[in-house]
Amino acid sequence: MAEALTLLGFTKHFPGVLANDHIDLSVNQGEIHGLLGENGAGKSVLMSTLYGLYRPDAGKVFIRGHEVTIGSPSQAIAHGIGMVHQQFNLVQNMSVWENIVLGKEPCQGFVLDRNQIRKELLALLKATGFEIDLDAKIRDLPIGLQQRVEILKILYRGADILIFDEPTAVLTPQEVDQLFKTFRQLANQGKTIIFISHKLKEIFCICDRVTVLRRGKKIGTLPITDATPESLAEMMVGRKIFFSFEKVKSPQPEVILSVEGLTVSRDRGGHALHNISFVIHSYEILGVAGVEGNGQTELAEVLVGLRYPQKGEIIFQGKDITHYPPKKRILMGISHIPEDRPKRGIISDFSVKDNLILGYEDLPPYKMGLITRNEMSIDQFAQNAIEEFEIATPGKETFVRNLSGGNQQKVVLARELSRNVALAIAAQPSRGLDIAASEYIRNKLIELKNNGSGVLLISADLDEIRSISDRVIVLYEGQIIGELSPEADEYQYGLLMGGTAC
Amino acid sequence: MLNKTAHYLSRSRSILPELIAILLAFLLSAIILTITGYSPLRAFNALFRGAFGNKFGIGQTLTQATPILFTSLSFLLAFRSGLFNIGIEGQFLMGAFAAAIAGSVFHGIPPIIHVLITLIAGGLFGALWCLIPALLKIFTGASEVITTMMMSYIATYLTSYFVNYRFKAPGWVAQTNPIQTSAVLPKILPPTQLSVSFLISLAFTVLVYYFLFKTYLGFQIRAVGLNPAASENRGIHVHSRLIMAFLFSAFVAGVGGAGEVLGVHGRFVEGFSPGYGWDGIAVSLVGRLHPFGCIFASILFGMLRAGGMTMTRMTKVPLDISLIIQSLVIILVAAPSFIKYIILRRKD
Repeated sequence: MAEALTLLGFTKHFPGVLANDHIDLSVNQGEIHGLLGENGAGKSVLMSTLYGLYRPDAGKVFIRGHEVTIGSPSQAIAHGIGMVHQQFNLVQNMSVWENIVLGKEPCQGFVLDRNQIRKELLALLKATGFEIDLDAKIRDLPIGLQQRVEILKILYRGADILIFDEPTAVLTPQEVDQLFKTFRQLANQGKTIIFISHKLKEIFCICDRVTVLRRGKKIGTLPITDATPESLAEMMVGRKIFFSFEKVKSPQPEVILSVEGLTVSRDRGGHALHNISFVIHSYEILGVAGVEGNGQTELAEVLVGLRYPQKGEIIFQGKDITHYPPKKRILMGISHIPEDRPKRGIISDFSVKDNLILGYEDLPPYKMGLITRNEMSIDQFAQNAIEEFEIATPGKETFVRNLSGGNQQKVVLARELSRNVALAIAAQPSRGLDIAASEYIRNKLIELKNNGSGVLLISADLDEIRSISDRVIVLYEGQIIGELSPEADEYQYGLLMGGTAC
Repeated sequence: MLNKTAHYLSRSRSILPELIAILLAFLLSAIILTITGYSPLRAFNALFRGAFGNKFGIGQTLTQATPILFTSLSFLLAFRSGLFNIGIEGQFLMGAFAAAIAGSVFHGIPPIIHVLITLIAGGLFGALWCLIPALLKIFTGASEVITTMMMSYIATYLTSYFVNYRFKAPGWVAQTNPIQTSAVLPKILPPTQLSVSFLISLAFTVLVYYFLFKTYLGFQIRAVGLNPAASENRGIHVHSRLIMAFLFSAFVAGVGGAGEVLGVHGRFVEGFSPGYGWDGIAVSLVGRLHPFGCIFASILFGMLRAGGMTMTRMTKVPLDISLIIQSLVIILVAAPSFIKYIILRRKD
């Protein structure tokens, strides 16, 4: 097989960071090549540099054996390299065809040559097999179709090496399937695809070969047939990662939380939760599975006091807390790891320290006298939390917005778990995090459970639910449609999540 | 948009952009002066001499800076909780009026206590004037931008009505009776108007700083201002903190009004405020929404006001020119931060 693209010794420094350290990469014509690595491993930087968005400090690029220099995206496009970014560059108010030709419009004099455009675009659609209405406005299209317009844009410019930067992050599972079909089809037509991802599952699903980066260094390239999830994860993270967790049975579980006949109304009318009842014991992780939007958000919010039920009771440690405000529940030992981290979990323009103290600021020893903050206690608390929870931050005064997603989540964890926790409500706790951070968070939840707390784990990630839960309930349209053991197979889960009771 | 800009402002440290903006404002004003046939050098010379050239100039500058410092602190307090208190002018006037009444009707009280009573009366009336917008905001979600501004107009005309009819002192001028000598704030730099009110405004700056950054209540208010949903999640009672910020903001404005009555005019004179309440908004932004920044920004604006008068007297340049310089400073200080904000957002 011919080499479509070769990189030799690619190196890129940013102030304080060596983002790419002498990376060699070779990609064959017609192959789907995965570029795998944790957040911050240098995948995006490598590809952005190749695409001319950054200037490399050192390194050579060969396209089909010829050395080229690429100083800007337009030069990259001229060499047949196209890139689809995570954020699309589309004009929302313009139609599909206008977006595709924008910047490379065939003209007769000063006038657009519409006939020519239509002819070219119809040919392009036929070649790719895409079904898309050329006259539709971008803003009316779902994300998956918008992504196709991005693909059409780069194909229209004659790209035959296509780079995709974490393209699945914004897609629904169905759209992901569709995208992978497109990948295969394009590869069969001789296009070369570089697929950036940190999700092992996707890499196994679609790639022919995979290159793993870690902390700016290339760890290796191997055919996917030679790889296992465990081996790739180890290459990515640099140590063994355990996908299954040991489950310890509790000595004497007692009921921590019991929910009875809970009905919660939806913001726009109707019921978000309808007459649900369940219990959580100490030494137990109760998983809540289900397709998102089936009442998970409301369930978490009603348990922590951010909304109140129409009907039903919430009994926590024998007390009826149905109408308690959030503060009271926090003081009773209910922790909340919210699903929407930037919205509910952190204040991104506050320092790490202030985020850690948020919610405890009015308790001694963090205040002295009537209203004064006790900076010394706060600093000490923050310093301990940063160390205990291994938060990678330049300091406790750093703005949280400057931390990576995983470290932001660790700030939330540190705050929520550093006091006595009787019950933890963890909603989508590892969403958007890389493997190492996800593993860390799951371990923390297990540690919590082993210390006798109850944990409610709400997650859209079935693997996560099954790997650490002791029992699993499935939410469907606001009702508990069934309870499964974590060992039940994926097919049974699928049925329940789709609304079919066993 | 303005909101985000302001948050950006409070995150950055360097004051270089402001200095450049001020220099640019003077440069542009020089061009305007030249075009309109005045000598910029003579005009600016008069302006600076009027503002800082001698004891009198410094006294006048600080006198003018005092009410603006109060109103900018007022704006900043509400803003930090995420509220736009646009009606500071009205709260300022109500505070001034209440102080004028409290200062004149009580007899035979020891001076310090009388001053305290009138200042507190001013603060409370300012706060009272904000209570309706605050409650409307909490219970109906009515935008405080509209309600505070409307309440401000009511205050302007209500106080005007009072000093023309019900509380008018004998004579031709629309003003209240003078306050008792026990309520007068002593002058500290005679013969200028500079009074203890200036020292009180500095004390309030420290208080506001301490409250916002060193107490848990201030912390909660700032948390609510930056992310109400996360604050609620962490058990902070968002509504009570909003009301607190609102009332404190208006209280400071009311004290500022009272300070003018007790320190400068000795009574409530119709139209005594040339728009100090509105100035506070701009000064707060130029001061980067930080109490200590507000000191410098209000002195800058006080200088333009005080020096502007001298400039008019000595060079016949209209007072409007100094207003133009003020406006240019506001525009030029706000504009770069808008641009930087856009760059910042693109990086995000």
